[in-house]
Amino acid sequence: MMPYSSVADEVAQAPQNRPVYLDYQATTPTDPRVLDAMLPYFTEQFGNPHSRNHSAGWQAEEAVEKARSQVASLIGADPREIVFTSGATEAGNLALKGAAYFHRGRKNHKDHIVTCVTEHKCIIETVAQLEREGFRATFVPVGKGGLIDPQAVADAITERTLIVSVMAANHEIGVLQPLSEIGRICRESDVLFHTDAAQATGKIPLDVGSMALDLVSLSAHKVYGPMGIGALYVRRRPRVRIAPLFSGGGQERGMRSGTLPTPLCVGFGVAAEIAACEMEQEAVRLRRLRDRFLSAVQSHVPNVRINGDMENRLPGNLNLSFVGVEGEGLMARLSDIALSSGSACTSAALEPSYVLHAIGVEDELAHNSIRFGFGRFTTDDEVDFAARRISEELLKSCG
Amino acid sequence: MKPAVYLDFNATAPIRDEAVEAVMGAFRTGGNASSVHGFGRAARRLLEDGREQVAALVGVSGDDVIFTGGGTEANNLALLGCGCPNVIVSAVEHPSVLAVSTGHAPVPVDGDGVIDLAAFEARLAEENGPAVVSVMLANNETGVLQPVGRVSEIAKRYGALVHCDAVQAAGKIAVDMRALGVDMLSLAAHKIGGPQGIGALILSTDLPLSPQIRGGGQERRRRAGTENIAGAAGFGAAASAARAGLANFAKLSGMRDQLEEAVLSVAADAKVFGQKMARLPNTSCFAVPNLPSDTQVMALDMEGVAVSSGSACSSGKVEASHVLAAMGEHELGISTIRVSLGWTSGSGDVDRFVEAWRKAYLRNRKQAGAPELVAS
Repeated sequence: MMPYSSVADEVAQAPQNRPVYLDYQATTPTDPRVLDAMLPYFTEQFGNPHSRNHSAGWQAEEAVEKARSQVASLIGADPREIVFTSGATEAGNLALKGAAYFHRGRKNHKDHIVTCVTEHKCIIETVAQLEREGFRATFVPVGKGGLIDPQAVADAITERTLIVSVMAANHEIGVLQPLSEIGRICRESDVLFHTDAAQATGKIPLDVGSMALDLVSLSAHKVYGPMGIGALYVRRRPRVRIAPLFSGGGQERGMRSGTLPTPLCVGFGVAAEIAACEMEQEAVRLRRLRDRFLSAVQSHVPNVRINGDMENRLPGNLNLSFVGVEGEGLMARLSDIALSSGSACTSAALEPSYVLHAIGVEDELAHNSIRFGFGRFTTDDEVDFAARRISEELLKSCG
Repeated sequence: MKPAVYLDFNATAPIRDEAVEAVMGAFRTGGNASSVHGFGRAARRLLEDGREQVAALVGVSGDDVIFTGGGTEANNLALLGCGCPNVIVSAVEHPSVLAVSTGHAPVPVDGDGVIDLAAFEARLAEENGPAVVSVMLANNETGVLQPVGRVSEIAKRYGALVHCDAVQAAGKIAVDMRALGVDMLSLAAHKIGGPQGIGALILSTDLPLSPQIRGGGQERRRRAGTENIAGAAGFGAAASAARAGLANFAKLSGMRDQLEEAVLSVAADAKVFGQKMARLPNTSCFAVPNLPSDTQVMALDMEGVAVSSGSACSSGKVEASHVLAAMGEHELGISTIRVSLGWTSGSGDVDRFVEAWRKAYLRNRKQAGAPELVAS
């Protein structure tokens, strides 16, 4: 057997020879504590959690249920309201298509969806598909800071509106949408409210009660858990009904068939528990690191533009445009820092970001923008190093 | 705690050492495969290497592999995504295939669980419009193999697409997708000693598959969502190990046959399903009249032996297996257990099983007031 504990230790120490990782919105390194918790379920305690008649199966089921509770606690939910999925993209698809398909075919079914122009592709593409299938959609714009006006959501809601989907935190500019206000509006209008919380999971407090959320998509790998697992919160009271995306063994109370990956559930559970416990102090630390980075860059380089509201923002996110400096080229010269010009899903594409476009950033400046993501394992030294390197390169570019 | 004797490989297999190493290595690497920086490129390499290894298990190339969240999703993606309104399946398919079938009842099977090809062809002849056929390569409960090559030939004559659920067969017998002549094939990592939470749909042709999960355009726009790197790496490692271990896996049939012989010598009235048929080398499915499945399985569990009373998804319910019902075994269905061996099984495991099972059988006979058997 390999000495896995030492493997886990290496992750935490962020080896000196590696590039500095500042792309925490793309994915986060798996926390060594999460790895430790998962490992026994990969090796010793295997079992199909749906095998009801032997102890290997029971133990797996018990571990899955504990993880379900841990994930539920993170958002103030009941464990029975958590449906495990393969990730937040599947969860978002399940939330929207699930609600839409459940209601389709009913008498006078509601067929209108309200969402936002800066949503993640998984929401935009899902809504687009539903539109092709006969549903109607309204994409509410955002203001200069990237925030949606709750009144604009209220205005978009009609008698035909089935569901409102507004993300908790944006994947590029990190801005936090006013969920409580939107939740109140949806509740008053008797409309379902879904939030894609992939970026917000474990980063900011989320409470399904006070935010009046009916459906919430969660991701594990953005919160130091493993890839390949996420969850959809589905409210029980009043009961929210959704149709499954897949049919099969009827797992997850019929909402999501397929064998649950026990180790990944366990990893997500532990990641959620750690986040719940450390969120507050981590947010303070990340804001400090982010501000330290920003002021260091600003002190050296003129013409730095901040994209997105700084008040309502993920603690570990920054999105900057450097006037006259092409972002991709700058990143290529900064091979010792792992950065992204936008969301990872679309980083191969060279189109300017639709999120930056939506907040009024001109296309040219959008091409000059870089997303900086700070996280649990980012150190002061790394931030200082990154700020220095970026300033050097920028000063070279500006001559 | 690991049960002393695990004989439920068809439900889920213990992960192979190679796969654990690959999974942990990938977690250590980190990175999102869609990111362009070094961490992203490293993740991409792991993903693509895993893809090639999985492809090699069924004789195709990596480009043909779409990773999914598991076998159930792969089956659903194939049948819902291929755009054929008519879905024709056999009566012994996995619930994830049966649930997607449309229109008529599934195609019947014979008493050994093999698809009735004449009925199948008649069904194809009746269909109007594009059809897709789904027939599994090996049954999860009995291990009986289906004549998938013949199914493909017939289906092609009618212009139908063919999907094959190879979740149970892959890694247990050699699978050559081209030789089978199927258009789509489903795999699940955890059945071959890879991690749970990842599977694959393999396409032999460039089918215009409509994604069931939409978003960032990953998996060549066939399946959105951040790629599960550790899963892909573990799946790949398991696929390579399974491929290398096929010859040894075939030898499990010797142990399986011994087990069946021992069962039949204890209980002459036991019935082994598909015993004379081509079937997976590791699977034994048998019944004893009036000895309920749960009684057997619980008694075995008390002795540290894990087996199953049918497919795991349905083992929470008391209903008899749809597979045995389709084979006409309505009475014996509730008295059936499945023993499935794997690469870690040894003859000691079979001995432990036989000993525990004999005890359970004799105790039950005694309680039922049957005459004592002379213990051999």
